[in-house]
Amino acid sequence: MKTAIALEDVSKKYNGVVALKGASFAVSKGEVFGIVGPSGAGKSTILRIMDLLEAPTKGRLLIDGQYVAQTDARAETVRRNIGMVLQKPVVLNRSVANNLGYSLMIRGWDEHRIAEVVDAELKRLGLHGRRRTNARNLSGGEMQRLCFARATVHAPSMLLLDEFAANLDPANVSLLENQVQEYMREDGNRTVVIVTHNMFQAKRMCTRIALIWDGEIVEIADRKKFFENPEDARTAAFVSGESVY
Amino acid sequence: MVSTGNELLDVTLLSLYVSGMATILGSAIGIPLGALIGLKEFGGKGAVKTLTYTLYGFPPVLSGLVVYYMFSRAGPLGDLGILFTPTAMIIAETFLVIPLVTGITITSVVEVDRSIKDTVKALGASPSQSIITVMREAWVGLVMACMIGFGRVIAEVGAAYLVGGNIDGETRVLTTAIMLETRMGHFEWAMSLGIVLLSVALMVFLFLRLLQEREML
Repeated sequence: MKTAIALEDVSKKYNGVVALKGASFAVSKGEVFGIVGPSGAGKSTILRIMDLLEAPTKGRLLIDGQYVAQTDARAETVRRNIGMVLQKPVVLNRSVANNLGYSLMIRGWDEHRIAEVVDAELKRLGLHGRRRTNARNLSGGEMQRLCFARATVHAPSMLLLDEFAANLDPANVSLLENQVQEYMREDGNRTVVIVTHNMFQAKRMCTRIALIWDGEIVEIADRKKFFENPEDARTAAFVSGESVY
Repeated sequence: MVSTGNELLDVTLLSLYVSGMATILGSAIGIPLGALIGLKEFGGKGAVKTLTYTLYGFPPVLSGLVVYYMFSRAGPLGDLGILFTPTAMIIAETFLVIPLVTGITITSVVEVDRSIKDTVKALGASPSQSIITVMREAWVGLVMACMIGFGRVIAEVGAAYLVGGNIDGETRVLTTAIMLETRMGHFEWAMSLGIVLLSVALMVFLFLRLLQEREML
């Protein structure tokens, strides 16, 4: 499989504090790649760099075979082909329909086409009856489902999920995980990168998993090896639920 | 002297026109300027913000003086002949609105949560689309900026008097009329004009509050 995204020796410092140290790995198309690790290990930093929201202090990012930096003219085009969902659902102060249509509106879609797609998508989400409600009045689970749909409605080729189901009830977690699987089924060339501290979710969803520890990638392995026969003692401790602090 | 109902209506309408136009013009300049200063990173940003906030205290009479000089016969724009007209009053009052609207806009857009700014960017918005979206998220603050701008100019007298001249039937507004009536010893009439002024402000603020609290859909 072709490489969708690769980090080459990427480091990041915030005000002199190291958040990420020389991370190097590649994620292939068709893969659901998990990044796990304790809180503050640097998981979200990796995702923000992958989405070109942060520039690495050192190292390079390769997307679809081309090096790209946050300051490049084509960074916006590259970012438009990536969907991202954050842990905290972030909705705009406008209706449910307008929130969902926002992704399409900024891509210059025609109004009628936006209305059609939004209508169909809201029916699928079970939110059609609330399409005129201000999105801030939705429940947490509904908001996150809306955010997920908004990040994928334009059919990006890569999806970055940052603890996307961390604060939700089991029913909503299951709904969202099913949506991720559906997103992957629709096109075998798509890629998902999931940041999570939930071992069960990583086990359910990811084909390959990386453990990040104190800003360093300590092990990358396929799911079976990662959970059953990890090489690094820290991975073994983490997957067995031992205290890592 | 404002002695008839018709005169009172004229003075009230002129007050609304001058203050309203100054608020619209000042906001049309101050809101984009504030959004730019608040959302763009550039050298000397802190100094620009401090200067903007300092200009909150820009004395109306000084604004009037500058406009007076510019449009007086000896001034660089004297040929336009707009001194002692409502246009000159609008220009002088616009200068009072701009710093207030700019400053409050800066605060409003900066206060929009970083997660919203990141999300908008992550969804693929261009820099200009991001700015427009963040401004829409800051709607309550932006309307507040217009309210405060209007509040400042509807109540000011220094600039209106200096560049308007308080000419009966031409540039007399509620504040300058109150000043005149007070000087003439017509305290009760001046007080009545004050109540009219407050009522006008109340109506405008009610309208702006409705606009502010409008649910975004």
